[in-house]
Amino acid sequence: MKLLVCLKQILDPDVPARDFQIDPAAKAARRGGANLVTNIFCENAVETALQFREAAGGDVKITALCYGESSAEDCLRKAMAMTVDEACLVERNGNTNPEAAAVGRVLAAAIRRLEQDGGPFDAVLVGRESGDWGVGQTGGLLAEELGRPALGFVESLQPGNGGVTLRRQTDVGIEVAEAEAPFLVTITNNEDNVPRIPKTRDVMMSYRKPLQKLSLADLELDSEEIRDGSSIFEVEEIFIPTDEVECELAEGDTLEERVDQLAKRIHEVVASIG
Amino acid sequence: MANIAVCVLGSLGYDRAAQGAAGAGRALAESVGGELHALVIGPAENDAVAALAAVADRVVIGANEALRDYQPEQALQAAQQLHAAGGGDYVAVLLSNDTYSQEIAPRLAHRLGGSSMADAAAIRADGDHLLAQRTAYGGKAISIYRLKKQPAVVWLRARGFEPAPEQPSPGDITTVDVALDPPRIRITGRQVAAQEGVRLEDAQVIVSGGRGLGGPEPFEELRELADTIGAEQGASRAACDAGWVPPNWQVGQTGKKVAPELYIAIAISGASQHLLGMGDSKVVAAINTDADAPIFKHCSFGIVEDYKQVVPLLTEKLQSMAG
Repeated sequence: MKLLVCLKQILDPDVPARDFQIDPAAKAARRGGANLVTNIFCENAVETALQFREAAGGDVKITALCYGESSAEDCLRKAMAMTVDEACLVERNGNTNPEAAAVGRVLAAAIRRLEQDGGPFDAVLVGRESGDWGVGQTGGLLAEELGRPALGFVESLQPGNGGVTLRRQTDVGIEVAEAEAPFLVTITNNEDNVPRIPKTRDVMMSYRKPLQKLSLADLELDSEEIRDGSSIFEVEEIFIPTDEVECELAEGDTLEERVDQLAKRIHEVVASIG
Repeated sequence: MANIAVCVLGSLGYDRAAQGAAGAGRALAESVGGELHALVIGPAENDAVAALAAVADRVVIGANEALRDYQPEQALQAAQQLHAAGGGDYVAVLLSNDTYSQEIAPRLAHRLGGSSMADAAAIRADGDHLLAQRTAYGGKAISIYRLKKQPAVVWLRARGFEPAPEQPSPGDITTVDVALDPPRIRITGRQVAAQEGVRLEDAQVIVSGGRGLGGPEPFEELRELADTIGAEQGASRAACDAGWVPPNWQVGQTGKKVAPELYIAIAISGASQHLLGMGDSKVVAAINTDADAPIFKHCSFGIVEDYKQVVPLLTEKLQSMAG
Protein backbone atom coordinates (compact mmCIF):
# COMPACT_ATOMS: atom_id res chain seq x y z
CA MET A 1 0.00 0.00 0.00
CA LYS A 2 1.02 3.59 -0.53
CA LEU A 3 0.11 6.59 1.59
CA LEU A 4 0.76 10.25 0.86
CA VAL A 5 0.85 12.91 3.58
CA CYS A 6 0.63 16.62 2.70
CA LEU A 7 2.61 19.04 4.87
CA LYS A 8 2.51 22.80 5.30
CA GLN A 9 5.24 24.97 6.75
CA ILE A 10 3.91 27.80 8.88
CA LEU A 11 5.00 30.53 11.26
CA ASP A 12 5.26 29.04 14.75
CA PRO A 13 1.73 29.49 16.14
CA ASP A 14 3.05 29.51 19.72
CA VAL A 15 4.45 33.02 19.30
CA PRO A 16 3.00 34.92 22.28
CA ALA A 17 0.28 37.43 21.44
CA ARG A 18 2.47 40.30 22.70
CA ASP A 19 5.11 39.53 20.02
CA PHE A 20 2.58 39.12 17.23
CA GLN A 21 2.55 41.84 14.57
CA ILE A 22 0.87 42.39 11.23
CA ASP A 23 2.63 43.59 8.08
CA PRO A 24 -0.06 45.86 6.60
CA ALA A 25 1.44 45.85 3.09
CA ALA A 26 1.73 42.07 2.91
CA LYS A 27 -1.61 41.60 4.74
CA ALA A 28 -0.02 38.84 6.78
CA ALA A 29 1.83 38.28 10.05
CA ARG A 30 5.32 39.71 10.32
CA ARG A 31 7.78 36.89 10.82
CA GLY A 32 9.85 38.72 13.46
CA GLY A 33 11.86 36.27 15.52
CA ALA A 34 9.42 33.39 15.01
CA ASN A 35 10.54 29.99 13.78
CA LEU A 36 9.08 28.19 10.81
CA VAL A 37 7.54 24.87 11.83
CA THR A 38 5.45 22.07 10.36
CA ASN A 39 1.75 22.67 10.96
CA ILE A 40 0.74 20.50 13.92
CA PHE A 41 -2.22 18.76 12.23
CA CYS A 42 0.15 17.82 9.36
CA GLU A 43 2.48 16.22 11.93
CA ASN A 44 -0.52 14.41 13.43
CA ALA A 45 -1.17 13.16 9.87
CA VAL A 46 2.41 11.88 9.56
CA GLU A 47 2.06 10.08 12.91
CA THR A 48 -1.30 8.60 11.86
CA ALA A 49 0.27 7.26 8.64
CA LEU A 50 3.23 5.77 10.53
CA GLN A 51 0.87 4.03 12.97
CA PHE A 52 -1.11 2.61 10.04
CA ARG A 53 2.13 1.18 8.63
CA GLU A 54 2.96 -0.37 11.99
CA ALA A 55 -0.54 -1.87 12.33
CA ALA A 56 -0.53 -3.21 8.77
CA GLY A 57 2.78 -4.88 9.49
CA GLY A 58 3.48 -5.30 5.81
CA ASP A 59 4.65 -3.33 2.88
CA VAL A 60 3.39 0.24 3.32
CA LYS A 61 5.28 3.09 1.71
CA ILE A 62 4.74 6.65 2.95
CA THR A 63 5.52 9.76 0.91
CA ALA A 64 5.46 13.32 2.24
CA LEU A 65 4.52 16.18 -0.10
CA CYS A 66 4.82 19.91 0.45
CA TYR A 67 4.10 23.01 -1.63
CA GLY A 68 6.29 25.69 -0.11
CA GLU A 69 9.44 27.78 -0.08
CA SER A 70 12.83 26.09 -0.15
CA SER A 71 12.86 26.37 3.68
CA ALA A 72 10.05 23.79 3.73
CA GLU A 73 12.69 21.17 2.99
CA ASP A 74 13.16 21.15 6.79
CA CYS A 75 9.57 19.92 7.27
CA LEU A 76 10.11 17.12 4.78
CA ARG A 77 13.44 16.10 6.37
CA LYS A 78 11.76 16.01 9.75
CA ALA A 79 8.97 13.82 8.36
CA MET A 80 11.61 11.44 6.96
CA ALA A 81 13.36 11.48 10.33
CA MET A 82 10.01 10.36 11.78
CA THR A 83 10.56 7.45 9.28
CA VAL A 84 8.51 8.57 6.29
CA ASP A 85 10.13 6.86 3.25
CA GLU A 86 10.48 9.64 0.70
CA ALA A 87 9.53 13.24 0.06
CA CYS A 88 8.65 15.72 -2.65
CA LEU A 89 8.82 19.51 -2.51
CA VAL A 90 6.97 21.63 -5.04
CA GLU A 91 8.80 24.93 -4.90
CA ARG A 92 6.65 27.99 -4.53
CA ASN A 93 7.55 31.29 -6.07
CA GLY A 94 5.15 34.18 -5.87
CA ASN A 95 2.42 34.83 -3.33
CA THR A 96 3.56 33.68 0.11
CA ASN A 97 -0.07 33.10 1.08
CA PRO A 98 -1.78 31.36 -1.84
CA GLU A 99 -5.41 30.44 -1.22
CA ALA A 100 -6.58 26.87 -0.80
CA ALA A 101 -7.86 26.52 -4.38
CA ALA A 102 -4.40 27.15 -5.87
CA VAL A 103 -2.74 24.90 -3.28
CA GLY A 104 -5.27 22.16 -4.05
CA ARG A 105 -4.49 22.36 -7.76
CA VAL A 106 -0.72 22.25 -7.20
CA LEU A 107 -0.94 19.32 -4.77
CA ALA A 108 -3.27 17.42 -7.12
CA ALA A 109 -0.90 17.89 -10.07
CA ALA A 110 2.07 16.77 -7.95
CA ILE A 111 0.16 13.70 -6.72
CA ARG A 112 -0.71 12.71 -10.30
CA ARG A 113 2.94 13.15 -11.29
CA LEU A 114 4.16 10.98 -8.40
CA GLU A 115 1.50 8.37 -9.26
CA GLN A 116 2.65 8.26 -12.89
CA ASP A 117 6.11 7.34 -11.69
CA GLY A 118 5.34 5.15 -8.69
CA GLY A 119 1.73 3.91 -8.85
CA PRO A 120 -1.42 5.11 -7.15
CA PHE A 121 -1.66 6.29 -3.54
CA ASP A 122 -4.32 4.39 -1.63
CA ALA A 123 -4.82 7.23 0.82
CA VAL A 124 -3.98 10.94 0.88
CA LEU A 125 -3.74 12.49 4.37
CA VAL A 126 -4.10 16.24 4.92
CA GLY A 127 -4.15 18.19 8.21
CA ARG A 128 -7.63 19.47 9.04
CA GLU A 129 -6.47 23.10 9.10
CA SER A 130 -3.31 25.13 9.53
CA GLY A 131 -2.17 27.02 12.60
CA ASP A 132 -1.61 30.23 10.63
CA TRP A 133 -4.66 31.17 8.55
CA GLY A 134 -6.65 28.14 9.62
CA VAL A 135 -9.17 28.31 6.78
CA GLY A 136 -9.28 24.51 6.60
CA GLN A 137 -10.35 24.22 2.94
CA THR A 138 -7.32 22.54 1.33
CA GLY A 139 -8.29 18.94 2.10
CA GLY A 140 -11.81 19.23 0.68
CA LEU A 141 -10.68 21.12 -2.41
CA LEU A 142 -7.86 18.63 -3.04
CA ALA A 143 -10.32 15.72 -2.79
CA GLU A 144 -12.41 17.35 -5.51
CA GLU A 145 -9.36 18.09 -7.70
CA LEU A 146 -8.45 14.41 -7.46
CA GLY A 147 -12.08 13.23 -7.76
CA ARG A 148 -11.70 11.01 -4.70
CA PRO A 149 -14.10 10.43 -1.80
CA ALA A 150 -13.12 12.06 1.47
CA LEU A 151 -13.78 12.06 5.19
CA GLY A 152 -12.90 14.88 7.58
CA PHE A 153 -11.61 14.99 11.18
CA VAL A 154 -10.14 11.48 11.05
CA GLU A 155 -7.98 10.40 14.01
CA SER A 156 -6.90 6.91 12.94
CA LEU A 157 -6.56 4.58 9.96
CA GLN A 158 -6.54 0.82 10.49
CA PRO A 159 -6.29 -2.06 8.02
CA GLY A 160 -9.88 -3.20 7.42
CA ASN A 161 -11.82 -5.83 5.52
CA GLY A 162 -10.43 -5.34 2.04
CA GLY A 163 -10.16 -1.62 2.66
CA VAL A 164 -9.23 0.81 5.40
CA THR A 165 -11.20 1.43 8.59
CA LEU A 166 -11.36 5.08 9.55
CA ARG A 167 -12.22 6.51 12.94
CA ARG A 168 -13.19 10.14 13.14
CA GLN A 169 -14.38 12.79 15.59
CA THR A 170 -17.68 14.57 15.16
CA ASP A 171 -19.22 17.26 17.30
CA VAL A 172 -21.32 14.64 19.08
CA GLY A 173 -18.95 11.68 19.33
CA ILE A 174 -17.07 9.17 17.21
CA GLU A 175 -17.84 7.67 13.80
CA VAL A 176 -16.30 4.61 12.17
CA ALA A 177 -16.17 4.32 8.38
CA GLU A 178 -14.99 1.84 5.77
CA ALA A 179 -13.09 3.32 2.82
CA GLU A 180 -12.19 1.83 -0.56
CA ALA A 181 -8.92 3.11 -2.02
CA PRO A 182 -8.20 5.62 -3.33
CA PHE A 183 -9.54 8.18 -0.85
CA LEU A 184 -8.58 11.30 1.09
CA VAL A 185 -8.87 12.11 4.77
CA THR A 186 -8.28 15.25 6.80
CA ILE A 187 -6.59 14.48 10.10
CA THR A 188 -7.35 15.90 13.51
CA ASN A 189 -5.49 15.33 16.76
CA ASN A 190 -6.24 13.01 19.64
CA GLU A 191 -4.16 11.58 22.46
CA ASP A 192 -2.95 8.70 20.26
CA ASN A 193 -1.50 10.58 17.27
CA VAL A 194 0.86 12.95 19.07
CA PRO A 195 3.86 13.24 16.69
CA ARG A 196 6.82 11.08 17.72
CA ILE A 197 10.22 12.62 18.43
CA PRO A 198 12.69 11.42 15.77
CA LYS A 199 15.58 9.23 16.97
CA THR A 200 19.07 10.62 16.37
CA ARG A 201 19.90 7.75 14.05
CA ASP A 202 16.76 8.38 12.00
CA VAL A 203 17.59 12.08 11.77
CA MET A 204 20.93 11.13 10.19
CA MET A 205 19.26 8.58 7.92
CA SER A 206 16.75 11.17 6.71
CA TYR A 207 19.50 12.88 4.72
CA ARG A 208 20.02 9.69 2.72
CA LYS A 209 16.36 9.39 1.78
CA PRO A 210 15.14 10.68 -1.58
CA LEU A 211 13.77 14.24 -1.71
CA GLN A 212 12.45 15.12 -5.14
CA LYS A 213 12.03 18.77 -6.11
CA LEU A 214 9.50 19.92 -8.66
CA SER A 215 8.76 23.39 -9.98
CA LEU A 216 5.38 24.73 -11.08
CA ALA A 217 6.77 24.58 -14.64
CA ASP A 218 7.49 20.85 -14.19
CA LEU A 219 3.80 20.43 -13.35
CA GLU A 220 2.71 22.68 -16.24
CA LEU A 221 1.13 25.02 -13.74
CA ASP A 222 3.38 28.05 -14.11
CA SER A 223 0.49 30.46 -14.64
CA GLU A 224 -0.16 33.83 -13.08
CA GLU A 225 -3.34 32.46 -11.52
CA ILE A 226 -1.45 29.74 -9.65
CA ARG A 227 1.54 31.92 -8.70
CA ASP A 228 -0.77 34.66 -7.48
CA GLY A 229 -3.05 32.15 -5.75
CA SER A 230 -6.14 34.32 -5.37
CA SER A 231 -8.69 32.92 -7.79
CA ILE A 232 -11.47 32.21 -5.30
CA PHE A 233 -10.58 34.36 -2.31
CA GLU A 234 -8.00 36.83 -1.05
CA VAL A 235 -7.28 38.68 2.16
CA GLU A 236 -8.99 42.07 2.05
CA GLU A 237 -7.93 43.18 5.49
CA ILE A 238 -6.23 41.82 8.59
CA PHE A 239 -5.90 43.44 12.00
CA ILE A 240 -5.21 42.63 15.63
CA PRO A 241 -8.37 42.93 17.74
CA THR A 242 -8.22 45.20 20.77
CA ASP A 243 -11.12 43.89 22.80
CA GLU A 244 -9.29 43.39 26.07
CA VAL A 245 -11.51 44.05 29.04
CA GLU A 246 -10.74 45.31 32.49
CA CYS A 247 -10.73 42.38 34.89
CA GLU A 248 -12.00 43.03 38.37
CA LEU A 249 -9.91 40.91 40.72
CA ALA A 250 -11.35 39.72 44.00
CA GLU A 251 -9.81 41.68 46.86
CA GLY A 252 -9.75 41.18 50.59
CA ASP A 253 -7.40 40.33 53.42
CA THR A 254 -8.35 36.70 53.69
CA LEU A 255 -9.02 33.94 51.19
CA GLU A 256 -12.48 33.65 52.69
CA GLU A 257 -13.29 37.27 51.82
CA ARG A 258 -11.91 37.00 48.31
CA VAL A 259 -13.80 33.79 47.52
CA ASP A 260 -16.93 35.32 49.00
CA GLN A 261 -16.66 38.21 46.54
CA LEU A 262 -16.19 35.79 43.67
CA ALA A 263 -19.17 33.70 44.79
CA LYS A 264 -21.39 36.78 44.93
CA ARG A 265 -20.46 37.83 41.40
CA ILE A 266 -21.08 34.34 40.03
CA HIS A 267 -24.38 34.08 41.92
CA GLU A 268 -25.47 37.46 40.49
CA VAL A 269 -24.89 36.34 36.88
CA VAL A 270 -26.46 32.91 37.39
CA ALA A 271 -29.51 34.42 39.10
CA SER A 272 -29.98 36.89 36.23
CA ILE A 273 -30.31 34.00 33.76
CA GLY A 274 -33.28 32.75 35.73
CA MET B 1 -32.22 37.45 -9.52
CA ALA B 2 -29.66 37.22 -6.73
CA ASN B 3 -30.84 34.73 -4.16
CA ILE B 4 -29.27 33.31 -1.03
CA ALA B 5 -29.48 29.66 0.01
CA VAL B 6 -29.08 28.19 3.44
CA CYS B 7 -28.19 24.50 3.28
CA VAL B 8 -29.16 22.35 6.27
CA LEU B 9 -29.15 18.67 7.14
CA GLY B 10 -32.65 17.34 7.70
CA SER B 11 -31.50 15.02 10.47
CA LEU B 12 -30.20 17.95 12.55
CA GLY B 13 -33.53 19.79 12.35
CA TYR B 14 -34.01 23.54 12.75
CA ASP B 15 -31.67 23.89 15.72
CA ARG B 16 -30.11 27.12 17.03
CA ALA B 17 -27.27 26.80 14.50
CA ALA B 18 -29.66 26.42 11.54
CA GLN B 19 -31.67 29.36 12.91
CA GLY B 20 -28.52 31.50 12.97
CA ALA B 21 -27.49 30.44 9.46
CA ALA B 22 -30.98 31.29 8.20
CA GLY B 23 -30.77 34.62 10.03
CA ALA B 24 -27.47 35.44 8.34
CA GLY B 25 -29.02 34.34 5.04
CA ARG B 26 -32.08 36.57 5.44
CA ALA B 27 -29.94 39.63 6.25
CA LEU B 28 -27.79 38.94 3.19
CA ALA B 29 -30.84 38.34 0.96
CA GLU B 30 -32.30 41.68 2.02
CA SER B 31 -29.04 43.49 1.27
CA VAL B 32 -28.85 42.06 -2.26
CA GLY B 33 -32.61 42.28 -2.90
CA GLY B 34 -33.13 38.55 -3.33
CA GLU B 35 -34.98 35.63 -1.82
CA LEU B 36 -33.85 33.27 0.92
CA HIS B 37 -34.14 29.58 0.03
CA ALA B 38 -33.61 26.65 2.36
CA LEU B 39 -32.03 23.54 0.84
CA VAL B 40 -32.65 20.53 3.07
CA ILE B 41 -30.45 17.43 2.71
CA GLY B 42 -32.55 14.45 3.71
CA PRO B 43 -35.95 13.98 5.35
CA ALA B 44 -36.73 16.33 8.23
CA GLU B 45 -39.36 16.36 10.97
CA ASN B 46 -42.57 18.21 10.05
CA ASP B 47 -42.05 20.94 12.63
CA ALA B 48 -38.51 21.62 11.34
CA VAL B 49 -39.83 21.94 7.78
CA ALA B 50 -42.61 24.24 8.98
CA ALA B 51 -40.11 26.36 10.90
CA LEU B 52 -37.91 26.67 7.80
CA ALA B 53 -40.89 27.57 5.61
CA ALA B 54 -41.83 30.27 8.13
CA VAL B 55 -38.51 32.07 7.62
CA ALA B 56 -37.60 31.21 4.00
CA ASP B 57 -39.22 32.17 0.70
CA ARG B 58 -38.76 28.67 -0.60
CA VAL B 59 -37.83 25.28 0.87
CA VAL B 60 -36.42 22.50 -1.32
CA ILE B 61 -36.11 19.12 0.34
CA GLY B 62 -34.11 16.16 -0.96
CA ALA B 63 -36.27 13.64 0.85
CA ASN B 64 -34.66 10.32 -0.15
CA GLU B 65 -34.80 7.92 2.77
CA ALA B 66 -31.13 7.03 2.10
CA LEU B 67 -30.16 10.58 3.13
CA ARG B 68 -31.48 10.08 6.66
CA ASP B 69 -28.23 8.26 7.41
CA TYR B 70 -25.52 10.84 6.65
CA GLN B 71 -22.85 9.74 4.17
CA PRO B 72 -20.55 12.54 2.97
CA GLU B 73 -20.48 11.57 -0.72
CA GLN B 74 -24.26 11.28 -0.92
CA ALA B 75 -24.88 14.46 1.07
CA LEU B 76 -22.66 16.29 -1.42
CA GLN B 77 -24.52 14.85 -4.39
CA ALA B 78 -27.79 15.90 -2.78
CA ALA B 79 -26.56 19.43 -2.03
CA GLN B 80 -25.43 19.88 -5.62
CA GLN B 81 -28.79 18.71 -7.02
CA LEU B 82 -30.79 20.77 -4.50
CA HIS B 83 -28.78 23.81 -5.53
CA ALA B 84 -29.89 23.24 -9.13
CA ALA B 85 -33.49 22.48 -8.12
CA GLY B 86 -33.67 25.74 -6.19
CA GLY B 87 -32.77 27.72 -9.30
CA GLY B 88 -28.98 27.54 -9.13
CA ASP B 89 -28.49 31.31 -9.27
CA TYR B 90 -27.29 31.78 -5.71
CA VAL B 91 -24.91 34.52 -4.61
CA ALA B 92 -24.16 32.53 -1.49
CA VAL B 93 -24.83 29.11 -0.01
CA LEU B 94 -24.56 29.28 3.79
CA LEU B 95 -24.09 26.32 6.11
CA SER B 96 -23.94 25.80 9.88
CA ASN B 97 -20.86 24.69 11.79
CA ASP B 98 -21.71 21.07 12.60
CA THR B 99 -19.10 18.50 11.52
CA TYR B 100 -21.05 17.43 8.45
CA SER B 101 -21.61 20.93 7.10
CA GLN B 102 -17.95 21.75 7.69
CA GLU B 103 -16.74 18.84 5.60
CA ILE B 104 -19.26 19.35 2.80
CA ALA B 105 -18.68 23.10 2.33
CA PRO B 106 -15.36 23.26 0.41
CA ARG B 107 -16.25 20.31 -1.79
CA LEU B 108 -19.65 21.79 -2.65
CA ALA B 109 -17.95 25.10 -3.49
CA HIS B 110 -15.60 23.27 -5.86
CA ARG B 111 -18.45 21.41 -7.56
CA LEU B 112 -20.41 24.64 -8.03
CA GLY B 113 -17.38 26.55 -9.34
CA GLY B 114 -17.64 28.98 -6.43
CA SER B 115 -15.54 30.29 -3.53
CA SER B 116 -15.30 28.52 -0.22
CA MET B 117 -14.76 29.94 3.25
CA ALA B 118 -14.97 28.58 6.79
CA ASP B 119 -16.01 29.75 10.24
CA ALA B 120 -17.27 33.18 9.21
CA ALA B 121 -18.42 35.34 12.13
CA ALA B 122 -19.79 38.07 9.85
CA ILE B 123 -20.66 38.25 6.19
CA ARG B 124 -21.78 41.00 3.83
CA ALA B 125 -22.12 41.77 0.15
CA ASP B 126 -19.70 44.18 -1.53
CA GLY B 127 -20.55 44.70 -5.19
CA ASP B 128 -20.40 41.32 -6.91
CA HIS B 129 -18.36 39.83 -4.12
CA LEU B 130 -18.96 38.71 -0.58
CA LEU B 131 -16.76 39.72 2.35
CA ALA B 132 -16.41 37.20 5.17
CA GLN B 133 -14.84 37.97 8.54
CA ARG B 134 -13.13 35.32 10.64
CA THR B 135 -10.17 34.86 12.94
CA ALA B 136 -6.63 34.09 11.80
CA TYR B 137 -3.37 33.03 13.43
CA GLY B 138 -5.11 31.10 16.17
CA GLY B 139 -7.26 34.04 17.22
CA LYS B 140 -4.43 36.58 17.37
CA ALA B 141 -5.85 38.43 14.37
CA ILE B 142 -9.12 39.10 12.57
CA SER B 143 -9.11 38.69 8.82
CA ILE B 144 -11.62 39.76 6.21
CA TYR B 145 -11.66 37.73 3.03
CA ARG B 146 -12.98 38.78 -0.35
CA LEU B 147 -14.79 35.84 -1.93
CA LYS B 148 -14.44 36.32 -5.66
CA LYS B 149 -16.54 33.59 -7.22
CA GLN B 150 -20.24 32.85 -7.03
CA PRO B 151 -21.69 31.11 -5.25
CA ALA B 152 -19.72 31.80 -2.08
CA VAL B 153 -20.15 28.58 -0.09
CA VAL B 154 -19.52 29.52 3.53
CA TRP B 155 -19.97 27.71 6.80
CA LEU B 156 -20.71 30.11 9.60
CA ARG B 157 -20.13 30.39 13.29
CA ALA B 158 -23.86 29.97 13.15
CA ARG B 159 -24.93 30.41 16.78
CA GLY B 160 -23.43 33.89 16.79
CA PHE B 161 -26.08 35.12 14.32
CA GLU B 162 -29.59 36.22 15.30
CA PRO B 163 -32.26 33.68 14.29
CA ALA B 164 -34.12 34.47 11.07
CA PRO B 165 -37.35 36.42 11.53
CA GLU B 166 -40.64 34.81 10.46
CA GLN B 167 -42.06 36.10 7.18
CA PRO B 168 -45.66 37.33 6.69
CA SER B 169 -46.50 34.19 4.72
CA PRO B 170 -44.71 30.83 4.66
CA GLY B 171 -42.48 29.87 1.73
CA ASP B 172 -43.34 27.17 -0.84
CA ILE B 173 -42.17 23.66 -0.03
CA THR B 174 -40.88 21.46 -2.86
CA THR B 175 -39.77 17.87 -2.41
CA VAL B 176 -37.34 16.42 -4.92
CA ASP B 177 -35.88 12.99 -5.40
CA VAL B 178 -32.10 13.16 -5.85
CA ALA B 179 -29.94 10.65 -7.70
CA LEU B 180 -27.42 8.99 -5.39
CA ASP B 181 -24.44 6.72 -6.11
CA PRO B 182 -23.31 4.16 -3.58
CA PRO B 183 -20.65 5.84 -1.42
CA ARG B 184 -17.01 4.68 -1.59
CA ILE B 185 -16.49 5.81 1.98
CA ARG B 186 -19.29 4.49 4.15
CA ILE B 187 -19.89 5.49 7.77
CA THR B 188 -20.75 2.19 9.45
CA GLY B 189 -20.86 3.05 13.13
CA ARG B 190 -21.69 5.97 15.37
CA GLN B 191 -20.94 6.33 19.06
CA VAL B 192 -22.58 9.39 20.48
CA ALA B 193 -20.58 10.48 23.50
CA ALA B 194 -22.56 10.35 26.71
CA GLN B 195 -24.17 13.74 26.97
CA GLU B 196 -25.58 14.77 30.27
CA GLY B 197 -27.68 17.90 30.10
CA VAL B 198 -27.53 20.25 27.13
CA ARG B 199 -24.91 20.49 24.39
CA LEU B 200 -21.91 22.62 25.32
CA GLU B 201 -22.67 24.94 22.39
CA ASP B 202 -26.13 25.63 23.80
CA ALA B 203 -25.15 25.83 27.50
CA GLN B 204 -25.90 29.02 29.46
CA VAL B 205 -23.19 28.45 32.06
CA ILE B 206 -19.92 26.56 31.50
CA VAL B 207 -17.25 25.56 34.01
CA SER B 208 -14.02 24.74 32.13
CA GLY B 209 -10.77 23.30 33.41
CA GLY B 210 -7.29 23.43 31.93
CA ARG B 211 -3.75 22.17 32.10
CA GLY B 212 -3.26 23.67 35.54
CA LEU B 213 -5.56 21.05 37.07
CA GLY B 214 -2.79 18.50 36.52
CA GLY B 215 -4.95 15.41 36.06
CA PRO B 216 -8.44 13.95 35.63
CA GLU B 217 -9.43 13.90 39.33
CA PRO B 218 -9.89 17.66 39.85
CA PHE B 219 -12.58 17.62 37.13
CA GLU B 220 -14.71 15.74 39.68
CA GLU B 221 -14.37 18.70 42.04
CA LEU B 222 -15.30 21.04 39.18
CA ARG B 223 -18.35 18.88 38.51
CA GLU B 224 -19.64 19.62 41.98
CA LEU B 225 -19.24 23.34 41.33
CA ALA B 226 -20.91 22.98 37.92
CA ASP B 227 -23.85 21.06 39.38
CA THR B 228 -24.35 23.74 42.02
CA ILE B 229 -24.89 26.49 39.45
CA GLY B 230 -26.49 24.37 36.70
CA ALA B 231 -23.43 24.54 34.47
CA GLU B 232 -22.05 22.18 31.82
CA GLN B 233 -18.40 21.19 31.93
CA GLY B 234 -15.77 22.08 29.33
CA ALA B 235 -11.99 21.89 29.05
CA SER B 236 -9.00 23.31 27.24
CA ARG B 237 -7.22 21.41 24.48
CA ALA B 238 -4.35 20.55 26.84
CA ALA B 239 -6.71 18.76 29.22
CA CYS B 240 -8.40 16.86 26.37
CA ASP B 241 -5.11 15.94 24.65
CA ALA B 242 -3.85 14.56 27.95
CA GLY B 243 -6.89 12.27 28.01
CA TRP B 244 -8.19 13.68 31.32
CA VAL B 245 -11.62 14.34 29.80
CA PRO B 246 -13.29 13.30 26.50
CA PRO B 247 -12.36 15.21 23.31
CA ASN B 248 -15.91 16.55 22.95
CA TRP B 249 -15.35 18.70 26.05
CA GLN B 250 -12.79 20.78 24.20
CA VAL B 251 -13.50 24.49 23.87
CA GLY B 252 -11.25 26.32 21.42
CA GLN B 253 -10.13 26.83 17.87
CA THR B 254 -10.41 23.15 17.01
CA GLY B 255 -13.06 22.34 19.60
CA LYS B 256 -16.44 23.80 20.46
CA LYS B 257 -17.25 27.44 19.89
CA VAL B 258 -19.39 28.30 22.87
CA ALA B 259 -21.46 31.37 23.72
CA PRO B 260 -22.77 31.05 27.30
CA GLU B 261 -24.02 33.81 29.59
CA LEU B 262 -21.24 32.86 32.02
CA TYR B 263 -17.95 31.07 31.33
CA ILE B 264 -15.78 30.13 34.31
CA ALA B 265 -12.18 29.32 33.31
CA ILE B 266 -10.32 27.37 35.98
CA ALA B 267 -6.56 26.81 35.71
CA ILE B 268 -6.73 27.86 32.06
CA SER B 269 -4.02 30.35 31.03
CA GLY B 270 -6.00 31.63 28.05
CA ALA B 271 -3.94 30.78 24.96
CA SER B 272 -5.38 32.50 21.90
CA GLN B 273 -6.60 29.13 20.56
CA HIS B 274 -8.73 28.72 23.67
CA LEU B 275 -9.97 32.32 23.69
CA LEU B 276 -11.17 31.76 20.16
CA GLY B 277 -13.60 29.10 21.33
CA MET B 278 -15.04 31.08 24.24
CA GLY B 279 -14.81 34.61 22.84
CA ASP B 280 -18.59 34.89 22.41
CA SER B 281 -19.26 34.36 26.14
CA LYS B 282 -21.21 37.24 27.74
CA VAL B 283 -19.40 37.16 31.10
CA VAL B 284 -16.08 35.41 31.78
CA ALA B 285 -14.69 34.62 35.22
CA ALA B 286 -11.21 33.22 35.83
CA ILE B 287 -9.46 31.35 38.62
CA ASN B 288 -5.69 31.16 38.08
CA THR B 289 -2.50 31.31 40.13
CA ASP B 290 -0.73 33.47 37.55
CA ALA B 291 -1.80 37.12 37.64
CA ASP B 292 -0.11 37.63 34.26
CA ALA B 293 -2.05 34.83 32.54
CA PRO B 294 -3.70 36.12 29.34
CA ILE B 295 -7.11 34.94 30.59
CA PHE B 296 -7.17 37.92 32.99
CA LYS B 297 -7.16 40.26 29.98
CA HIS B 298 -10.31 38.59 28.71
CA CYS B 299 -12.48 38.21 31.79
CA SER B 300 -14.84 40.48 33.71
CA PHE B 301 -13.84 39.23 37.12
CA GLY B 302 -11.52 36.72 38.65
CA ILE B 303 -9.32 35.61 41.48
CA VAL B 304 -5.56 35.08 41.57
CA GLU B 305 -5.37 31.95 43.66
CA ASP B 306 -4.82 28.22 43.48
CA TYR B 307 -8.01 26.50 42.36
CA LYS B 308 -7.47 23.89 45.10
CA GLN B 309 -8.02 26.60 47.71
CA VAL B 310 -10.86 28.31 45.86
CA VAL B 311 -13.11 25.66 44.34
CA PRO B 312 -14.31 23.79 47.49
CA LEU B 313 -14.99 27.05 49.32
CA LEU B 314 -16.67 28.59 46.28
CA THR B 315 -18.90 25.55 45.80
CA GLU B 316 -19.91 25.64 49.45
CA LYS B 317 -20.75 29.37 49.33
CA LEU B 318 -22.74 29.02 46.11
CA GLN B 319 -24.63 26.06 47.58
CA SER B 320 -25.69 28.13 50.57
CA MET B 321 -26.67 31.08 48.32
CA ALA B 322 -28.78 28.78 46.15
CA GLY B 323 -30.27 27.00 49.13
